[in-house]
Amino acid sequence: MRRFLRHGHDPVRERLKRDLFQFNKTVEHGFPHQPSALGYSPFLHLMAIGTRSGAIKLYGAPGVEFMGLHEENNTVMQIHFIPGQCQLVTLLDDNSLHLWSLKQRSGASELQEEQRFTLRGPPGSPPSATQITVVLPHSSREVLYLGTESGNVFVVELPSFRLLEDRTITSEAVLQRVPEDYRNRRSFELVEALREHPRNPGHILIGYSRGLIVLWDLHNKRVSRHFLGSQQLENLFWQKDGHQIISCHYDGSYAQWPVSNDDRQLEPLESKVPYGPFPCKAISKIYWQTTKNGPPYIIFQGGMPRASYGDRHSISVVHGSQQIAFDFTSRVIDFFVVCNADPAAEFDDPSAMVVLAEEELVVIDLKSAGWPAVHPPYLASLHCSAITCSHHVSNIPLKLWERVISAGSKQNSHYSDMPWPIDGGTNLAPDPPQRDLLLTGHEDGTVRFWDASGVCLRLLYKLSTVRVFLTDADPNDNMNPLGEDEWPPLRKVGSFDPYSDDPRLGIQKIYLCKYSGYLTVAGTAGQILVMELNDEESEHVVDHAEADLLQDQEGYKWKGHERLKARDEPVRFEPGFQPFVLVQCQPPAVVTSLALHSEWKLVAFGTSHGFGLFDHQQKRLVFVKCTLHPSDQLALEGPLSRVKSLKKSLRQSFRRIRRSRVSSRKRRAGGGITGEVQEANSKFDQDALQEMELAPIQRKIEARSAEDSFTGFVRTLYFADTFLRDSSRHCPSLWAGTNGGTVYAFCLRVPPAERRMDEPVRAEQAKEIQLMHRAPVVGILVLDGHGTPLPEPLEVAHDLSKSPDMQGSHQLLVVSEEQFKVFTLPKVSSKLKLKLTALEGCRVRKVTVANFGSCKTEDYSENNLAILTNLGDIQIISLPFLKLQIRYPCIRKEDVSGIASCVFTKYGQGFYLISPSEFERFSLSTKWLVEPRCVVDTQEITGNNYLHNKSGMEKATRKSRKSGRLMEHALLNDERAAAPVGGGDV
Amino acid sequence: TTRSPCGTLETKGMFGAEFRRFSLERTKPGKFEEFYGLLQHVHKIPNVEVLVGYIDIHGDLLPINNDDNYHKAVSTANPLLRIFIQRKEDADYSAFGTDTMTRKKNVLSNVLRPDNHKKKPHIVISMPRDFRPVSSIIDVDILPETHRRVRLYKYGTDKPLGFYIRDGSSVRVTPHGLEKVPGIFISRLVPGGLAQSTGLLAVNDEVLEVNGIEVSGKSLDQVTDMMIANSRNLIITVRPANQRNNVVRNSRTSGSSGQSTDTSLPGYTPHTVQNFHPEEDDSDEDDIIIEDNGEPQQIPKAVPTSESLESLTQIELLHDSTQNGFIPFSEVNLCHSAGNVSMEYEIHDPDKKSLEDGAIITL
Repeated sequence: MRRFLRHGHDPVRERLKRDLFQFNKTVEHGFPHQPSALGYSPFLHLMAIGTRSGAIKLYGAPGVEFMGLHEENNTVMQIHFIPGQCQLVTLLDDNSLHLWSLKQRSGASELQEEQRFTLRGPPGSPPSATQITVVLPHSSREVLYLGTESGNVFVVELPSFRLLEDRTITSEAVLQRVPEDYRNRRSFELVEALREHPRNPGHILIGYSRGLIVLWDLHNKRVSRHFLGSQQLENLFWQKDGHQIISCHYDGSYAQWPVSNDDRQLEPLESKVPYGPFPCKAISKIYWQTTKNGPPYIIFQGGMPRASYGDRHSISVVHGSQQIAFDFTSRVIDFFVVCNADPAAEFDDPSAMVVLAEEELVVIDLKSAGWPAVHPPYLASLHCSAITCSHHVSNIPLKLWERVISAGSKQNSHYSDMPWPIDGGTNLAPDPPQRDLLLTGHEDGTVRFWDASGVCLRLLYKLSTVRVFLTDADPNDNMNPLGEDEWPPLRKVGSFDPYSDDPRLGIQKIYLCKYSGYLTVAGTAGQILVMELNDEESEHVVDHAEADLLQDQEGYKWKGHERLKARDEPVRFEPGFQPFVLVQCQPPAVVTSLALHSEWKLVAFGTSHGFGLFDHQQKRLVFVKCTLHPSDQLALEGPLSRVKSLKKSLRQSFRRIRRSRVSSRKRRAGGGITGEVQEANSKFDQDALQEMELAPIQRKIEARSAEDSFTGFVRTLYFADTFLRDSSRHCPSLWAGTNGGTVYAFCLRVPPAERRMDEPVRAEQAKEIQLMHRAPVVGILVLDGHGTPLPEPLEVAHDLSKSPDMQGSHQLLVVSEEQFKVFTLPKVSSKLKLKLTALEGCRVRKVTVANFGSCKTEDYSENNLAILTNLGDIQIISLPFLKLQIRYPCIRKEDVSGIASCVFTKYGQGFYLISPSEFERFSLSTKWLVEPRCVVDTQEITGNNYLHNKSGMEKATRKSRKSGRLMEHALLNDERAAAPVGGGDV
Repeated sequence: TTRSPCGTLETKGMFGAEFRRFSLERTKPGKFEEFYGLLQHVHKIPNVEVLVGYIDIHGDLLPINNDDNYHKAVSTANPLLRIFIQRKEDADYSAFGTDTMTRKKNVLSNVLRPDNHKKKPHIVISMPRDFRPVSSIIDVDILPETHRRVRLYKYGTDKPLGFYIRDGSSVRVTPHGLEKVPGIFISRLVPGGLAQSTGLLAVNDEVLEVNGIEVSGKSLDQVTDMMIANSRNLIITVRPANQRNNVVRNSRTSGSSGQSTDTSLPGYTPHTVQNFHPEEDDSDEDDIIIEDNGEPQQIPKAVPTSESLESLTQIELLHDSTQNGFIPFSEVNLCHSAGNVSMEYEIHDPDKKSLEDGAIITL
């Protein structure tokens, strides 16, 4: 009956669908693509990151995050929090200012844009007159000071953004009191820095680019003092007590200036070029942080010797005799120092340095000896090495979860154990309903295990397969082989290293059995590794087998890459997943499909040439099947197309450059080989794109035939215990689907457990189905007598699934890119089908079975197919009747890599890459929804209290960070603040 | 020989020198197959392959070999339907055609003495029902004459479909005046390909529909995928670039004078009127199974496990509506989504068959 109920016809079903399905993009995981600005609120303990596409993201304590997007999609140039407020101002590259607020709604905070403003000069004035260079939110929270290219400082009122013209600080007014000879040389300079006096809100420091610094008296509207710098100014910093200012300059120097009360012309107290005497690069930002018990921390960005280290992205920390130049693998966007936030505190006492580099966030613990890095709980750089595949495992058993975490914690011992310093806001989201793992395979042969249960995607454990192979990459080829006495004292930090030394190591397929802890991964050069979780370190030889997929086929020549060389000697493996078997396909083409049956101890793998079955218990190859069509020359020759080989050569040339740079680092590096290569790369991409656009776009209309190339390409493999031969006995079976629309079914005989090692596993081909539409088979599934998909291996054994129904007749579901077809078993006759491409012109890219629970009734759930099409649409199709339930647009159809990266979970969520470094998480289910829900307190009274009690606070406590928190939350019944602080403070 | 009040038609059949007279129901002539059987029966030539012809109102000898020309013959016969039957082996095809009566003085003598005409050896071609169709123009009765609906049949892989499509733009008449809209066009025909040899498609023809689905709003890649997915039974509706070859039909002479720009009527919506169903004649059903390395076999259809009242009513609806080649708008969607019951090979085959058998033909 149900077969004839079409959607839209049955109100009961419609209602149920509303209870089951709902589409939401919930949270973005990973590191923002192309960050362009960084802001920090010492008051809120929140950090904000702006991107080139106009997004701003706020982060606090783990789980506390907000996102906003500027309509204009322009680059965010600067972010400034309003002191003591839940507000921030952004400056975009179109010179517009935007005011954002964290507003509470139904208990949770939301980030909203409130106002926008563009500074306009009098008619006829040049655009530079109002081009904003610096923004200073005044501590009064009433005004913003805007430094411009013209040298004028404009004042706008908050939150209305009303320009207060009478308060404008013109460069003419400033120059009046500057000595004649100095003034003549230096008119029309842009405002480079604006800083409020730390003790006297009535004074601000204005720094002009050509070196002039003035202290401006806001009440009397006059220059209180001036400092005649002779070097081009980059930035300014006030010492906490207000007695000294520090200026940093374009020539790599910094200077200290005393701020005394007499009105003499001042000379710098000290001027220093830290990495002199040879010409140095600019110091673009400097912090001077005082400590109670010792010398100050001087932290500055840049300043490296121009000739030999001009290409480094560094931030130096100097503390007495200790000095380290932290060396980042990508450009530093900005940084800040977390210190005693109390404005009345006597000392800064910095605790951590937070650096936003172009590709990662690095936090350095300044309190622990050696200044170790802090492991960030979010903003993970997913793209440390390019992601090549992903695999999601839902509902991980606690035991496995703990073992993975323990293996990972041993890898993270070099991190600081300091608590995460950016801890603003309160996470209100309920605990994740289950433990989920997202596994990402990378180009460098690593697999990363991420905790994907909640809002924060956290790296748990990293597995490397490189050790199994002999590669030409020198393990000591370290970017930083410098000894102790080297100068500058560089130290490489961060994990971003996108350049794989051997692309054959790339991981292409991953399968983890959460019950047994067996993991299998397969890679670019036809390698398949089977691994087992071991809590101890081990040194052993990895067993090695070869699978010749061409069998007797003669006269073929593989022109692709060589296979990897396996190590014959014992290899030491750290605790975690340790490989025990290596299978290498011959020819070593990329592994295109992989399946593991942990109960039968079998692993199946497929490439463009065929597929094979390996018994990893007996370590014996059971069989191989060549799927090649004799005319398929392309598949035989290897994967090298012209475009790919060009890309490869670029990558190789880059590698060469990098090596040469490492080996002869004393030589002048040329200031931007990286840039040149990137430029060349992007130029190449652009050229290729243009070429494509110029060519007349036409498409050939032809029926697919058996002679088309890559028909033998094995797209999917599936193990099932079903009725393959007769309806009375079921047996283990292996199913394989190819690119040419062929499905092969093999009947397997697995010896019983007690004789498992004695008798061989046998396989016999039982069926071969050729779909006439010849579209690639992307999914195979067996449905039991109730129309329910068969459970995963060991699922029933672990009491996590009902036993499949073996009484009623089983059905085979074959999903091709174009159609869904249900066949009966064991006698194959076609039963049902759903055409997709013939009617809509879209093709299936990803398909999975997902369980959808009802948000209304606790005990109702059903299995459906979730599919992603090449147009980026997600469709849900019912099982076993193949009726389209609902459709949502999800990914732009032009975003090919996003569509290719999509992975569904077993409970109707999914992930796809929105940039090389970010996963978008989405949910199709009403029941399983992981999204941030957090609150940052916005009550006005907190802020007032904070300021009005300033004098009292000074005496009360010195432990500013904690006390700051206490103050914020004193009037709230915030359990989080009360619990951990404890001790004498309360 | 007069028309009887109940609408029977006097029919006179001649085979060799023998005449047989019988009557047909004018309103319910039935199918050609049945008529053919009837002729074999009344002439007592049950196993003889014959050609059937009739004399039309102009006196031309025209063949009867399918339902359409059979119905035409019955409907135009006035008052008597004269039938000529020839043995297939010694049939004279040149006897058929227009002006046969003027070219040759006596049809009868031609038919009766075929040996007279064996002087010129003619090319032996079989009658249309022995051909396999490779292409056809369909739905001419419901489409505006500026459009052409072409069906391409693909057998095996011997001959490529052989055409390419591209993006382009066409001018359309809208309530707001002329408007340029993106469209899909045929960009190239492969010499010797199916598309070219039919002569029904040409470069720069605009593709409007693929198997009943409008292509407007779809990308080139989507349309490509749709065409390839339907490649075994491809039905494309085009607006030919050359509008001069259009048949000018009485009803719309004014609107269709050979213009190459778009003249589609604003009121025309292809979805409202459709003679075919996208899933009809689903030739990609013949998936193949090889069991235990045996011989490849076609996968049969599963026998329906349950029959429901719903399915029956739908089939009836469908059946009725296809009878006159016209589906009211309200039923179009229904036929689409219920496609799997309407298909010849689908699960409810037996139901449909039995219904068709039930449509009674009175002779």
